Order: sequence, then C-alpha cells, then structure tokens
Amino acid sequence: MAEAPFGLLAELTHRCPLQCGYCSNPLELVRRDAELSTEDWRRVFDQARSLGCLQIHLSGGEPLLRPDLPSLVEHANSLGCYVNLVTSGVGLSRERLHSLASLGVDHVQLSLQDATRAGNDRIAGIKAFDRKVEAASFVLDEGLPLTVNTVLHRQNLDNIAGIIAMAEQMGAERLELANTQYYGWALRNRAVLLPTREQLAVADPIVAAAQERLRGRMEIVYVIADYHEAHPKPCMYGWGARQLTVAPNGDVLPCPAATVISSLQIENVRDSSLHDIWHHSPSFNAFRGFEWMRDPCRSCPRKEIDFGGCRCQAFQLTGDAAATDPVCSLSPERSTVDLILETEMAPAEVPAMAMRKMR
Amino acid sequence: MTVVALDAVPRIRRGVKCTYDQIRSAHVVLFPEGVLVLNETAASVVALCDGVRSIGDIAVVLADSYDGVEPSDVAELVARMVERRVVDVDG
Repeated sequence: MAEAPFGLLAELTHRCPLQCGYCSNPLELVRRDAELSTEDWRRVFDQARSLGCLQIHLSGGEPLLRPDLPSLVEHANSLGCYVNLVTSGVGLSRERLHSLASLGVDHVQLSLQDATRAGNDRIAGIKAFDRKVEAASFVLDEGLPLTVNTVLHRQNLDNIAGIIAMAEQMGAERLELANTQYYGWALRNRAVLLPTREQLAVADPIVAAAQERLRGRMEIVYVIADYHEAHPKPCMYGWGARQLTVAPNGDVLPCPAATVISSLQIENVRDSSLHDIWHHSPSFNAFRGFEWMRDPCRSCPRKEIDFGGCRCQAFQLTGDAAATDPVCSLSPERSTVDLILETEMAPAEVPAMAMRKMR
Repeated sequence: MTVVALDAVPRIRRGVKCTYDQIRSAHVVLFPEGVLVLNETAASVVALCDGVRSIGDIAVVLADSYDGVEPSDVAELVARMVERRVVDVDG
C-alpha cells in the first residue's frame, strides 16, 4: 500500500476575478454548473481525512466566490485539519475574514502579482492591488499568519526587491517567490513569461541576500525557474506520494496539471472514493515509486531527490509522460528546452498576453 | 545551526496546530505548508512549549515520566523545532 497523503488541494472553483496569464489552471476552465456541490465537497473532506490528509488547501480559482465557503471551512476544521485559504484577496472584507477565521481558517495565502499598483493590476487584468493591501491588513488584525505568494516571470522579475519589500510591508511571515511553472495558461503565454538569463542572474542573489537578512522574521521560499536549470524540480515529491488535488468538477489529480496527460484515465469523486483512487487507480499508480522509470532516471542517484521531475512537463514537451523531465541536462530531449529558451526568452516580436478567462 | 539556551522559553508559533492523528496513531504538528509526525518524546516536549516554562523547566517535568532526560536533549529538540518554524524562543 502507498503511504497516506498529507494534503488535499481542494480547487473549489475555477472562477476568478483575476485574469493572470501565468495561471497554471487548464485553458479549458471548469464552468460553474459543473462544480461539485457543498455536499460533494463535505464528503471529499471526510474521505480525505480518513485517508490521512491533515491539511486542506482551499484554492481555485478564487475560493471566496463559493457562497458555501464558510460551511466548508467549518467542516474541514471539525475534522481536525489545518485549513489554508489561498486567495487573491479580492472579495475579502474584514467581516468575512473574521467569520472565516472563527470557523477555522488557520492560515491565509495571498497572491501578489507585482511590487506596484500599476504592475500588479496590469498582470491581474483588474484593479486588485489596493484590495490585496487591505486584505493583508485584515489578516494581520485577525492574528492569522500570512503568506504572500508571487509568481515570477519576465514581466515582474526585475522588481524582485520591491516585491520582497512589499511582502514585508504587508506583514507576511512567509513569502513564496515561485518562478512560473509552464502549465495551462502559463504554457500558452510562455513567450511572454519566460525570464531571461540576465534577469535571473540579477534576481537570484537579491533573493539570497533577503533570505539571509530576514531570517527569523520572514521566511522566503524560492522556487527555481526549471527551464534554466540543469536538474528538474522534485515535482509533488513524487507522483501519488504526499498530496492529491481535487479539481472543481471532482476530478482527482496526482498533480494539479495532470489533466494535460491525455493518456491518463482520470477518476472522479462522483464515481469512486478517494481511498480507492489514491491506492488502486491506474492514474495514481502510473508513476508511483521508481519502477516506471527508464534510463537516464532509472540508474541515476538523483532519482531519490527529484523523482525524475515532472510527468506533466515530460508529456507536454516530449509526448511521453514516462520520459525524463526534459529540463534535466541528462535528458536526451534537453535540446527541446534549449530551443524554447533560445526562441522564447527574447522573441523578436513579443505576443500579447492571453488573459485567463472562461470561454 | 540554531542553538537554544537552557533558560530560553519556547512557545508554539502562531498558526501552528498540534493534534493527534488517529490514522497514523501519532502526534502531529501542522503548520503552513507542512506536517511533522512526532515521536512520543518530541510530542511531550512540544506540548510543554507554552511560553512559560524554560528548557530547564521542561526537562524537570519530563524527568518525572522518562529516565535520563537531559536539558541539553530538550534544547536540541527545541532547536530542531525552531528551524522548522514550529516553535519560537524568548530569552
């Protein structure tokens, strides 16, 4: 039997007031009428807890758009789970946050698109900056710990020092600076988003210095730009190892981006229990452990560190989900990534950002 | 490496939740983006990180239930918890 998962990423809805082009949600967003009901979600939380999940990340899209959010928070909390609210901050009034906190939200993760109002709102596609600053103050006043999340890319990487200063000013105790991962809308917008080597060379030491300077006050988690690296990221710390995702329509995913792997037979909470899906489904067992690997991964000592990288990325860039993640310098397909870098880091003509919208 | 003095007073950080997991039959600490599964000794120490007792006090309390508890062992365990951002120390 596989070990029990620790976390459930509950994507309550794909609806979102923001239109960020770096979003990793799929291009084909789940529409409101296909979303799970309140009862469905309560059952999913029950099953997740019985399976071993201790953390429930309420995410989306924007979870505040679900009118049943308070009852879902209350239910997750009643199961003894750590309840993490992942939000854009848009729609979070002082009263609403107070109510959610009293029902059991333990921690708030607030997205920030850029250091300045103009930059933030250009990336978000709506005027959201002031609402975020306000939301951060509500979280602080409520006495909840705050993490600020910023996705980094060519459009905001030059402002990294300002982003760190902004997170400090907002009172965050954690800052996640995550270079864009290219799935869904971000993949579509890759030629607008891929940072240049020069940008990363300037940003990396700024982040390192801030990590040192702010030690003990604000923890900075830095997620690397994997296309630029020699080794892949340890995606999900292994397939079907620690966490599972339930999409707004009830699809159960080993990785939030797993719908891209067209050969994968995705299960749904409307048809099976999370227990059966986690332990027995072909999708969760497809890339579990090390048996599925071929060389260069199979004989590589780094397989214990990076688990062969990301299956979704391997599928997207090579057409084979069981291939070594092609960002790896040992991958026979690394030239594909190098070609992408060469042509998309500084394209002669930069395309317009495709803003994230329901079709 | 974090070093914790014997007169330091540890407390569970804000936003950190300690609970018992029936599924794993273990005490666990839940915090933003992380879970720690504790052994029995670690769970006893964490439960006493109340912002009042010092490391030395905690060692005295634990000596009632466990043989050979040294304050330095408690300090070392608390230091690991500080590094994982589960516990803060004053003083």
